[in-house]
Amino acid sequence: MCVGLGIAACTTESAPGASPNESNGGATPTLSAVRARGAVKCGITEGAGFATPDDAGRWRGFDVDFCRAIAVALFNDPDKVQFIPYTQEQRFSGLQSGEVDLLANGTTITSSRALRQSFHFGPIYFYDGQGFLVAKSSKVTRASQLDGATICVQQGTTTELNLTDFARRNKITFHPVVMEDLRAAVSALAGGRCDAISQDGAGLATTRTMLQRPGDYVVLPDRISKEPIAAVVRTGDDAWLEIVNWVFRAPVQAEEYGIDQHNAAQFAETTDPSIRRFLGLEPGATDGLGLDPQWTLHVIEKVGNYKDIFDRNLGPATPLGIDRGLNKLWTDGGLLYSPPFR
Amino acid sequence: MRSAADRRAVLLQGLGLGVTAAVVWWLARNTSVSLAQRGLTLGFAFLRHPANFEIGDTWWLSFSPADSIGRAIVVGLFNTALVSALGCVLAIAVGFVAGILRLSPNPALRGLVRAAVEIVRNTPLLLLLLFLAASLHALPPPKQALSPVRGVFLSDRGLVLPAVAIGRWTIVFVLAAVVALTLRRRLGTRWWIAPAACAAAAFVSALVRPPAIATAQLEGFNFVGGVTLSPELAALLAALVLHQSAHISEVVRGAVLAVPRGQRDAAGALGMSRWQTLRLVVIPVALRAMVPLLATNCVSLIKNSSLAVAIGFPDLVSILNTAGNQTGHSIETMLIMIVVYLSLSLLVASALGRYNAHLLRSGTAIS
Repeated sequence: MCVGLGIAACTTESAPGASPNESNGGATPTLSAVRARGAVKCGITEGAGFATPDDAGRWRGFDVDFCRAIAVALFNDPDKVQFIPYTQEQRFSGLQSGEVDLLANGTTITSSRALRQSFHFGPIYFYDGQGFLVAKSSKVTRASQLDGATICVQQGTTTELNLTDFARRNKITFHPVVMEDLRAAVSALAGGRCDAISQDGAGLATTRTMLQRPGDYVVLPDRISKEPIAAVVRTGDDAWLEIVNWVFRAPVQAEEYGIDQHNAAQFAETTDPSIRRFLGLEPGATDGLGLDPQWTLHVIEKVGNYKDIFDRNLGPATPLGIDRGLNKLWTDGGLLYSPPFR
Repeated sequence: MRSAADRRAVLLQGLGLGVTAAVVWWLARNTSVSLAQRGLTLGFAFLRHPANFEIGDTWWLSFSPADSIGRAIVVGLFNTALVSALGCVLAIAVGFVAGILRLSPNPALRGLVRAAVEIVRNTPLLLLLLFLAASLHALPPPKQALSPVRGVFLSDRGLVLPAVAIGRWTIVFVLAAVVALTLRRRLGTRWWIAPAACAAAAFVSALVRPPAIATAQLEGFNFVGGVTLSPELAALLAALVLHQSAHISEVVRGAVLAVPRGQRDAAGALGMSRWQTLRLVVIPVALRAMVPLLATNCVSLIKNSSLAVAIGFPDLVSILNTAGNQTGHSIETMLIMIVVYLSLSLLVASALGRYNAHLLRSGTAIS
């Protein structure tokens, strides 16, 4: 957030009057703007598996797919979305100035962000946490075995804080080597200067692919911080927030019902009343959103359920090979739990 | 009565001042508006808050995450000062030798030094720093550490030396020795008092608490005990010294060449050898020409040391960045950074300036 030297650039975002709160009755100004534009504007942050352009220039990734789900819900077309890549510093200014309609870029929900800034968080769509990447040859399997280790970290907002808190909580000591650039940390781990690198779990999976022999390194299962990732929207537009809420929940609910990208069409004949309501075959569940009654079905067919999205971008079949972990359904021992569609 | 040119100068200067003031006012207002919008406040109270982060190289300034941010900044300042002081002295020494060697009558030596200086001088410092840091990673891991002498270990975790635990009586002994040695001349015929006092103090200190030498041992991941010279410090110091000494060697060469040829010839006519001429005639004169430039080089070394964060040495900038990131007080940390670097630079410049004035007072200058 533009404190520091870029102050001059920050003033442009100020004018809160320009925000679309001056609503016209009960209609949602963001939704009207999106409909008039014919596309959703989604703020993302580039990162392997989460948002990267492929060789044809088409954006792909976990965050990208959730943005596409919004586009499908509104326009029944996954391409009616404009992606605006932001750095971590620019993201909130971009949202506040109205440059994008939502952020889906790996922003962690924290109390200070929720209270200090003028925006709301959507549902948590990815549970992450800070972890450790170590060489397999070190024989370390749990974070608690890192007593006395040298740990490389990239200078960041909370990385050093989380690491220090973890060490103090577990009464272990460590030697930090704090780098400005992640690549320096990677070279230090490869060279044996550091016993471990510590950063967010998803980041570790990406970092592992940056090493010359990723197979010689392993991400430890421990998570030493909570990093719940959610979409972000401006305050003052509750109807838009509800659209984002329920579109982000639909893939989770679909997975729970066992509906995926390939079998979705078969469910058109289902007699299960809750599934019929979820898919919009019977009215009532999401009428208030002002979307196509069958938007959930479209989202599942064109983007997929949570498992489809996860496996395609982050799962074991991808170079990242991230374990579902906390991102399993609550019925499988994870934390993903969608409120009922009824 | 003023001339038209004077009036124009006053007008232009007034205009310049006005524009500067307007820009400063605009920046300040912008900052305060932006801060108010984000509900942020300026202030230095955060310096007393607990740091909640760990620092790698702390030397004997003990530091724990429960200590205040202010203390963390002091540790960073100490690290910056240590690197700057060591770097400055070493760079001048190395640069001096290289500069003199560039004037050697031996063409092979001259060419070799010239090639080295040109390569280092024309390589970006950051590149040199990253290269040296990466090279030090090639040292063996702690388990296969090189141990040339018992208690000394060289590995990719750095150079580990035995630590000497100093008791209170040892300090007394050292002080007694210093006092005895300084008084030795005044004591005249009773000179024996000095060594006797030393011996007595040594005896007492050994009796009360023998100085313990703690050698490091490999426990788990790292060496425990002893003093560790981290590879980051070594790489930073080496890069700064190499880079700055290349510049200093040029200063030295130029200053030596600026000494009038007649003075050398005169020294030669008096039967002085080449070495004597250099030491007794050329260098004392050249010194006066080079001191101001050496000061400039030291100041730029201090500022260059802020590249430390690239390789992970916890210098002032690195620690202030972390503190600013964690507390959101980026403007304050930036201010501290500016004030500290400005003070350090002015301090060095004024110290060498005084030395220069001293040189100029005593003896002849060039030409």
